[in-house]
Amino acid sequence: MIYKETGQYKSTYQSDHAIFPLMQDKVAFAILMIIAFFVVPFVVDSYWEKAILVPFLIYSMAAIGLNILTGYCGQVSLGTGGFMAVGAFSTYKLMTSFPDLNIMLIVIISGFLTALVGILFGLPSLRIKGFYLAVATLASQFFLVWLFNKVPWFYNYSDTGQITVSERTMFGIPVTGAEAPSYATYLFCLTLVVVFGFAAKNMIRSKIGRSWMAIRDMDIAAEIIGVPPLKTKLSAFAISSFYIGIAGSLYFAVYLGALEVTESFDIMAISFPVLFMIIIGGLGSMLGSFLGAAFIVLLPILLKNFMVDLVGLSAVTAKHFEITIWGLLMVIFLIVEPHGLARLWSIAKEKLRRWPFPY
Amino acid sequence: MSLEKIQNISYGKNVIELKNISLSFGGVQALTDVSFEVKRGEVFAIIGPNGAGKSSMLNVINGFYKPTSGKINFAGQERSQMEPEFAAKSGIARTFQNIALFKGMSTLDNLMTGRLLKQKQNLFMQALYYGPAEKEESFHREQVEKVIDFLDLQMIRRTPVGSLPYGLQKRVELGRALAMEPEILLLDEPMAGMNVEEKQDMSRFVLTANHELKTTIVLIEHDMSVVMDISDRIVVLDYGKKIGSGKPQEIRNDKAVIDAYLGITDE
Repeated sequence: MIYKETGQYKSTYQSDHAIFPLMQDKVAFAILMIIAFFVVPFVVDSYWEKAILVPFLIYSMAAIGLNILTGYCGQVSLGTGGFMAVGAFSTYKLMTSFPDLNIMLIVIISGFLTALVGILFGLPSLRIKGFYLAVATLASQFFLVWLFNKVPWFYNYSDTGQITVSERTMFGIPVTGAEAPSYATYLFCLTLVVVFGFAAKNMIRSKIGRSWMAIRDMDIAAEIIGVPPLKTKLSAFAISSFYIGIAGSLYFAVYLGALEVTESFDIMAISFPVLFMIIIGGLGSMLGSFLGAAFIVLLPILLKNFMVDLVGLSAVTAKHFEITIWGLLMVIFLIVEPHGLARLWSIAKEKLRRWPFPY
Repeated sequence: MSLEKIQNISYGKNVIELKNISLSFGGVQALTDVSFEVKRGEVFAIIGPNGAGKSSMLNVINGFYKPTSGKINFAGQERSQMEPEFAAKSGIARTFQNIALFKGMSTLDNLMTGRLLKQKQNLFMQALYYGPAEKEESFHREQVEKVIDFLDLQMIRRTPVGSLPYGLQKRVELGRALAMEPEILLLDEPMAGMNVEEKQDMSRFVLTANHELKTTIVLIEHDMSVVMDISDRIVVLDYGKKIGSGKPQEIRNDKAVIDAYLGITDE
């Protein structure tokens, strides 16, 4: 009886179209936002920031991006790492070329630059589908990483090939660089994720989102009712890359601070984990993007705490176990619940609606 | 449900003309020199045995197949082939023989896709949502609700269409086409695989759409009792050729048509 919708009448289509049509969800979301914006910043320490909160927010951003492309538009992509690298290197070049530009602006421009690259690599999607498209995006992953490694202009001819962030401030508080306080980096990422998270949800429930889903579910019928396939697919690539570019930008500027492209944007480091996030979280679900990101960020930490601190395994053995468990969970999820954590949540909600009665 | 734009239509005028359409796939001649015209406001049936080229004909009309030769006269333009997007924009909607719904989306969303071409807000306004985009969304929702009322789909508004029974899926597909407010509605075997009751329902929906929404209907159907009952004029195809056309009564007594359906007997 917790999720009782009885008595919640809607008299306008506006209220029926709301993101959270139920009062309970609205209240829960409001409480979550108040805690995230007004409580967490005062208690967050460096460990929570670096190990959990900031990576969770950045991965959520990337997962929303990939979910738009793969979950909503049905175009499988393995190029996430490459696109995140575009975001990171755009940020680096913008930072070094325009020292006075505001960091928020730099991050958003990086997103737009990544969107352009995304459109370019999305062009083959008109001709190829499914696995073959996945291979084409895989090519973009390797090409982009190779490019940023091979052309010294991108890392300003530094000897190590590393790119390093310099300090930038928002309202006088540093948000990038070694001196940035935990609450500042956290709030910076949180603001971007909340704003663009809402934007993504709004697009999904509007015309463009329905066009994407139409292309995903049956492209022939979509064409017959007047959805232009090329334009729709490219818009998905562009918007998806925009989100992934912002994630890459934050990953470099706010999270790592200094990185080397082959290591940080490797397919095993980014592309596959983000794909797993949306599969485990739920393809074609906003909530799924967040749940998947939380799962992938938290699981290794929990496993490590359990195996190393409680059981007393050596760190190396624990790492091996972690990879095994990861793979196992992946297989189990694909077999038992292909729609991911988001579906489990909606089943739970359905149960809560009737609880404590069986039906 | 009311459609303002075609309130004062002139019946009996040709709404689409097909002239000498031929279509071949490699060596297979699917259509040979077929000509007919559809008059505004009528129920027009295309019949013929299996493989006669009926579905190919519909695919030519809405631009999915490009005819090898021939002309299509529609919306004041004579063109040698249609483009799917142009067809959709200028008011040709269709349903498919094998249901082509968006299976992962709810009934409501499926019907809303029928309104895509009429939604004009740009991407930025959609991402912002509140304001003009929301207003537009609500306006189209209202139109879609009329279709839902018309087809009695209220109970399954939120159900993903993939999990609906066959007959309802057919109805949702008709709804998606009607949500486009089409001038011409192409129905490819809308009653295939249905029982008598479902066929009656479907016929009622088709006729109401024709009478009240003034939609011109082009229909392919194998059930002759349905075709003879609801259509105003019929064209008969066999092996890609037109072998007869006229009112149901004339077709019923046409020697060539009877031969095509029953085979020629040696007497």
